[in-house]
Amino acid sequence: MTAAAERTQDANLAGDILAIAREQVLERGVGLAEEQVLAVLRLADDRLDDLLALAHDVRMRWCGPEVEVEGIVSLKTGGCPEDCHFCSQSGRFPTPVRSAWLDIPGLVKAARQTKATGATEFCIVAAVRGPDKRLLSQVRDGVKAIREDGNDIQIACSLGMLTQEQVDELVAMGVHRYNHNLETARSNFANVVTTHSWEERWDTLRMVAEAGMEVCSGGILGMGETEEQRAEFAVQLAELDPHEVPMNFLIPQPGTPYEDHEPIGGREALKIVAAFRLAMPRTMLRFAGGRELTLGDLGAEKGMLGGVNAIIVGNYLTNLGRPAQQDLDMLEGLKMPIKAISDTI
Amino acid sequence: MYCVHCGKPSAAGDHLPCRGGRAALEPPRYCAECARRMVVQVTPAGWSARCSRHGELTSAGVPAMTD
Repeated sequence: MTAAAERTQDANLAGDILAIAREQVLERGVGLAEEQVLAVLRLADDRLDDLLALAHDVRMRWCGPEVEVEGIVSLKTGGCPEDCHFCSQSGRFPTPVRSAWLDIPGLVKAARQTKATGATEFCIVAAVRGPDKRLLSQVRDGVKAIREDGNDIQIACSLGMLTQEQVDELVAMGVHRYNHNLETARSNFANVVTTHSWEERWDTLRMVAEAGMEVCSGGILGMGETEEQRAEFAVQLAELDPHEVPMNFLIPQPGTPYEDHEPIGGREALKIVAAFRLAMPRTMLRFAGGRELTLGDLGAEKGMLGGVNAIIVGNYLTNLGRPAQQDLDMLEGLKMPIKAISDTI
Repeated sequence: MYCVHCGKPSAAGDHLPCRGGRAALEPPRYCAECARRMVVQVTPAGWSARCSRHGELTSAGVPAMTD
């Protein structure tokens, strides 16, 4: 086939893909397959508004109007033995991030600040390969102290790879959701991390799901992956069937192998968000790190009207976000109600 | 004085990366007095940055301790 004929075929598929998605995803609730996601990612920019509108309709139909608000905090920062190339907390790269532990009063205060925003979710994160006894003990004491503070916010954790015993321990603590990002497509993972495998992450997530905890797994876009790998990643996440998919956009971190990567453009990011929604019509899709740099204020609003139904407010683990109130005002302006704790338990 | 983002002398170089959008998402990492790497804790509503020599700064803008 000539290049011109290929372009014509692509254009024909692009012309149809939104109609196909409308029938398949919006009407029947069946997520797009890999080649269909790829066709969405290849839509011309002048179809972006139509794509976002469809993704929003899908979100409203299968998830509803509510938005889940979450805050996150780093319990143990830096000094991680793994080599995730995007991460300023890896001890293997000459980044400016130094190791730090948050004490229990600090954790309780962070949970209180998060609750005050109206958030229903508070995620405790540690930069580790997996938790050791000291870390699990700190988490146990932290969860207890947050409850003793009269805070009923739902607690999630992100502590790396787990053993079955550790999964059971977190369930017993009352941790209701576990985050462990697959980060990128399976075919791209070895370019991003070499100290552990995609399959090891997958195994932890299966254990978490089987133990009855909600699974939270997403990744970072803009790490050199191809369009094909973005489509691959979307369907791999769909196969995992997580409760939540956090979508991060790379913030190039000084000292990491990705420090010179250009952040992806706003239109491209919005297209990815909508494509992921069409691959996972019923999954909570959360705006996470990097949206400030990649999308700006206007782009974040477009994303909320393009398939996203959850958001991290306030700061991230090592990077700053915009003030929580700014996001809450945005949701109010969009007339999107914040999910209440009573709706989540 | 030193740049809190890269730790190099403020008066030397253009520090363009230290003034861009990415830097706006970064808490201070180096002490402005001595360029030591600081221990930084980011929380949902703020940050603190502690230099072993010159004390702690917080996002509230108030030095929490000085020697």
